[in-house]
Amino acid sequence: MRDFIARTGDALADTNLQTALAKTRSGFVNKRLDAMQHAGNFEALRDKAQTARQQALKDLDIYLLHFEQKVIEAGGHVHWASTPEEMREIVISLCAKENARRVTKGKSMVGEEVYLNEALEEAGIEPLETDLGEYIIQLAKEKPSHIVVPALHKTREQIKALFLGQHALGERELDEVENIVNEARAVIREHFLSADIGITGANLLIAETGTAVVVTNEGNGDLTATLPKTHIITSAIDKIIPTWDDASAIIRVLARSATGQNITAYTSFFTGPKKSKDQDGPDNFHIVLLDNNRSAILGSEYKEMLQCIRCGACMNHCPVYQTVGGHTYNSVYPGPMGAVLTPLLFKDKTHYQLPNASSFCGRCESVCPVKIPLPGLMRKLRNQEQKEGLKNKTGIWLNNLFCWLASKPKLYTSLTHIAISSFGILSMGRAKFSSLPFLGGWTKHRDFPAPQGSSFQAQWRKRQTNDK
Amino acid sequence: MNEAEKFNVGLFVTCPVDLIRPSIGFSTVKLLEQANCKVGVPVQSCCGQVAYNNGDPEGTIKLAWQIVEDFSPYDYIVIPSGSCGGMIKMHYPELFASDPRLEQVKTFCTKVYELTTFLTEIAGRNLDTLNCDLSDKTITYHDSCAGLRELNIKQQPRQLLKQLANVNVKEMQNTEECCGFGGTFCVKFPEISNRMVSDKIANAHDAQAELLLGGDLSCLLNIAGKAQRQNSSKKIEVRHVAEVLAGDMHIPAIGESENTQ
Repeated sequence: MRDFIARTGDALADTNLQTALAKTRSGFVNKRLDAMQHAGNFEALRDKAQTARQQALKDLDIYLLHFEQKVIEAGGHVHWASTPEEMREIVISLCAKENARRVTKGKSMVGEEVYLNEALEEAGIEPLETDLGEYIIQLAKEKPSHIVVPALHKTREQIKALFLGQHALGERELDEVENIVNEARAVIREHFLSADIGITGANLLIAETGTAVVVTNEGNGDLTATLPKTHIITSAIDKIIPTWDDASAIIRVLARSATGQNITAYTSFFTGPKKSKDQDGPDNFHIVLLDNNRSAILGSEYKEMLQCIRCGACMNHCPVYQTVGGHTYNSVYPGPMGAVLTPLLFKDKTHYQLPNASSFCGRCESVCPVKIPLPGLMRKLRNQEQKEGLKNKTGIWLNNLFCWLASKPKLYTSLTHIAISSFGILSMGRAKFSSLPFLGGWTKHRDFPAPQGSSFQAQWRKRQTNDK
Repeated sequence: MNEAEKFNVGLFVTCPVDLIRPSIGFSTVKLLEQANCKVGVPVQSCCGQVAYNNGDPEGTIKLAWQIVEDFSPYDYIVIPSGSCGGMIKMHYPELFASDPRLEQVKTFCTKVYELTTFLTEIAGRNLDTLNCDLSDKTITYHDSCAGLRELNIKQQPRQLLKQLANVNVKEMQNTEECCGFGGTFCVKFPEISNRMVSDKIANAHDAQAELLLGGDLSCLLNIAGKAQRQNSSKKIEVRHVAEVLAGDMHIPAIGESENTQ
């Protein structure tokens, strides 16, 4: 596996990726700003959403059990999966019970997290993605690069080429976005009608009534959930929210933060299977809830990460994500939220590069609708990396040496003064350096402005002595 | 003015200013003295930010306590940096959260101010004469991240630039976006950092800026170093806002030599 830095080089050299990123970058920021200003007191909405998430996590066990009971009362089933493997097995056995050959899928990041499509294919079941972005990356055999906009990394030209290559529809014109969308709609519509089972994710799970909330802009979630005989929801234990009031607090900030919409085109609430008086809906209703280390996060110093409502605002505003794109993170969860969540969920030591790849500019935290202290959590992960002995030894040694010296201010000021004065003599009047030993990372792309000569503290003391 | 009526200020100059551009320290002293402050400079080293951000809270806490003790005789601690200011004011209480010294640290932090905030909110009343007139220059301002998002520094430098240098800031696009410095980030992830700083300079050029100012020397070293490497036909000077406010324009801009002025 190539590391983050190597993948960064690839990402910067990928002109399609850079074109795609440049196209959406300011759009996300401006649309969110606009929606925020029109929402009245957005700060108050953030506070309310944060409180709702904190409340849910505080008594998560109680709400989870209540949720399960309510789902059962509504005629549905809840399945608990502690690992991705268990979730895959549960979903596949549910499919096997129905003799399902084709399943339609709404967008589900938990589905991506557990590699559900790969498992379904292996079991001889055809997964058909119905969200446009997910459909595009499924055709391209790629993972999502953004948690809300999975095919964000693709240009229109690439999508056009993909469709022309994969859809046997003869000669046609696909230069306009509208034509691309219409073609996808026509192809996907066939899938809705032929699927045995529909699998969606859930944005929220309301404990009060055992209801799953799905927000989409394409309406594909509803068709996936209601047309087939069986609806399976793949979600995770941290999606629980106590009440409908809490759900509305989240919905108020979700789309505004994500796409700058006041609300998504569709907000759907699913409570159990079709009732006797219902005109449509599935006969069977299953919710599979994944843990995958979330309960461990809940009891740790990282618990605030579980407040996340997957809006993507952090990555939309992250200068690192916007430079390298989502695939560089090599995780279904990229950007700042992914830089925290990935090492916590997957426990792979190479993932520690992610929380290090941040300038701590703090913009993610400032736009997070539920106020997760993302830089603070990344800092804790850097500390954990050190405690686990995974940090670069030279780096630790330099840090310790510096801390030791800085803890002796008198010695520090004398030594740094000598060092900086010698540097001044050696620079022989140059105002900048184009290369310096040990600072190759800096001087590869930048000059280093030369120090002015002696230190401030030395000059100050000299001045004070002269004044006396 | 009676000595007793003066603001008793301890200057925490920051490592980069101390070692690389001490003139910013003297510009800061000049401004503080104009604002009726008696300035002291205790022997000092680092606030601990580098160690803290690299995941070493144990190493950091020793340096932090040293600052709290060494600066305790002063009524105000003023810092020409939003980044080191944010480190002390916002992160020291975090560091000492489960330490018996927490209350003492919290009280100390209430006395800590970034320079432009101190001059606008506490001690600026006497600053009513121009130190220079830059009304004919196009100046833009880079809002460094920690100052902006941890300490809400936004209007303070702009107000002071009008008040002391008679100049309005010409805002560039994405002025609130990181310049790519980020401490060790810029040497650990040089390619990403390079893209970020290149974007920053492109935005400054688009605003037709002749002079880019900021409140954090580290970011400015990054921006100036990149601008000089690009060696573009469009020249842009980079300076710390304190130098301009104090009228110290005779000092060569960051990375410039005497004869290029």
